Amino acid sequence: MNAPNEGALIDAKKRYSAGVLKYKQMGYWQPDYEPKDTDVICLFRITPQDGVDAEEAAAAVAGESSTATWTVVWTDLLTACDSYRAKAYRVDRVPNTGPETGTPQQYFAYVAYDLILFEEGSIANLTASLIGNVFSFKPLKAARLEDIRIPVAYVKTFKGPPTGIVVERERLDKYGRPLLGATIKPKLGLSGRNYGRVVYEGLVGGLDFTKDDENINSQPFMHWRDRFLFGMEAVNRAQAATGEQKGHYFNVTAATMEDMYERADFARELGSCIVMIDLVVGWTAIQSMANWARRNDMILHMHRAGHGTYTRQKNHGVSFRVIAKWLRLAGVDHLHAGTAVGKLEGDPMTVQGYYHVCRDAYTHTDLQRGLFFDQDWADLRRVMPVASGGIHAGQMHQLLGLFGDDVVLQFGGGTIGHPAGIQAGATANRVALETMVKARNEGRDIASEGPQILAEAGRWCTPLAQALETWKDVTFDYASTDTPDFVPTATASA
Amino acid sequence: MRITQGTFSFLPDLTDAEIAAQIQYAIDQGWACSVEYTDDPHPRNTYWEMYGLPMFGLKDAAGVMLELNACRKAFPSHYIKINAFDSTRGIESIRLSFLVNRPAEEPGFGLVRQEAAGRNVRYTTTGYAAQRPAGKRY
Repeated sequence: MNAPNEGALIDAKKRYSAGVLKYKQMGYWQPDYEPKDTDVICLFRITPQDGVDAEEAAAAVAGESSTATWTVVWTDLLTACDSYRAKAYRVDRVPNTGPETGTPQQYFAYVAYDLILFEEGSIANLTASLIGNVFSFKPLKAARLEDIRIPVAYVKTFKGPPTGIVVERERLDKYGRPLLGATIKPKLGLSGRNYGRVVYEGLVGGLDFTKDDENINSQPFMHWRDRFLFGMEAVNRAQAATGEQKGHYFNVTAATMEDMYERADFARELGSCIVMIDLVVGWTAIQSMANWARRNDMILHMHRAGHGTYTRQKNHGVSFRVIAKWLRLAGVDHLHAGTAVGKLEGDPMTVQGYYHVCRDAYTHTDLQRGLFFDQDWADLRRVMPVASGGIHAGQMHQLLGLFGDDVVLQFGGGTIGHPAGIQAGATANRVALETMVKARNEGRDIASEGPQILAEAGRWCTPLAQALETWKDVTFDYASTDTPDFVPTATASA
Repeated sequence: MRITQGTFSFLPDLTDAEIAAQIQYAIDQGWACSVEYTDDPHPRNTYWEMYGLPMFGLKDAAGVMLELNACRKAFPSHYIKINAFDSTRGIESIRLSFLVNRPAEEPGFGLVRQEAAGRNVRYTTTGYAAQRPAGKRY
């Protein structure tokens, strides 16, 4: 498939005469190109329109995400245009697509970009190139950015997470186990006073954190200052009652940067250790808040609100593993990255791939987990992934087995919906967690013995026994829409 | 009250065999264990007293248990914890930290509220026991 590009126009007179050329002829298809260590490499999954050949489609992606416009421009000749052209250098058929499968033929297209294309330390600029125009491009039925290799040279222009896993644990004095959280429910309608009650009950019962939901900002039923004041009373009361550090993620998402800074400053003034923002605020706001968090010694929690609109469908959009890589560069400390076993989308292997992106010092190519490239993180701080959505104490062995210690496990309904109350729900989760960590460390096989280990603990911990009984049959066993497709023989980029 | 710092504070107090098993797990991961004690378990008190240095290069939990028992003998009603340090590049921090001794009576913490401008409150957590001089707290 990757034959030498015999159609490329070498002769400058023909290449730059006015008119429309194929992208392949304009130099965007270079099958013999060897990516440089300093290139950004993107892997796109593309579905060309009928009659558009795969190499031309790949070249078009390279062109439209770098220098090309739809026609030949003589002004290219004023530039070192070879550097600025992205180069599609490899195209593979995606397994299990094509005429015999009922799915249009898809291709994996590898495209390399010279470092000069991107402003240092700017996700906004990086994304404006890579996903700016190309996804609306007519010759493609669909396109998805599956993965990205970010060169160390570019990684080093970002400051990354303001706190990171290690420093977060050192600040909170919590080691050796996942952290426990819960989102306050109901999401909407609680007054500040009632809201703080739920925070207190959860924290005093054994949670490390409670959390605003993504759409809690400053609505008529609860203005943000009320939430912050009552919430911090709850946090401090729970801290004194347990002798343990606690926190509540105050969502500072707001209409403008000025509003966000005002809310974040107030949270800091009240002594909160953490604030949160939603992904919908956009890359520039995220990087600004990362700087703010760094300046103010705050943990920055990221709720990935909205991502499902572009990450979930396999044929079009941007994979969450790419979003996670950008967020690690942009600088967040917590990132919702899926549960695999809960109510929201997530094939277990694919979700583990996101966790690697968040937590690795060096991410190795692992096609089964959807990781197409080696990624050296150049000592950038590590992001604490958050597993949240439809999980409960009875799944503790699965969650610990899938995700290990460096994760925040968030049981919202699984805490607040406990039949004996919120404190009991929190205690059930904390006991389940500590029991499972202890058993794993003792060398027990938690994957197979997990339910038995929990049942044993339920004998001395009534809240846990009640939780196990309440949620024993709850699973969300639906087929995932986003699973890895991989070519068993594929190799990583150079 | 019961202070819930450390990895296993929601479980019944660990037996010596259970403590040794956790220490052995840490050693097998390549982490170095240390014993620390205090009579001021304020949640922001980072620096407990070290009962000797972290035990680098140990292969057997028994060595740590010896130190722990000596510490318990010297400070029977202090809080004592085991910390496990990981020197891996990019971590270089504690990986496991759990309480292995606590006083029979835990008076807990009070919360001092200083009412400030608007509805703002400045909070201070104070240990009831820590208001007495060191050595006379538990």
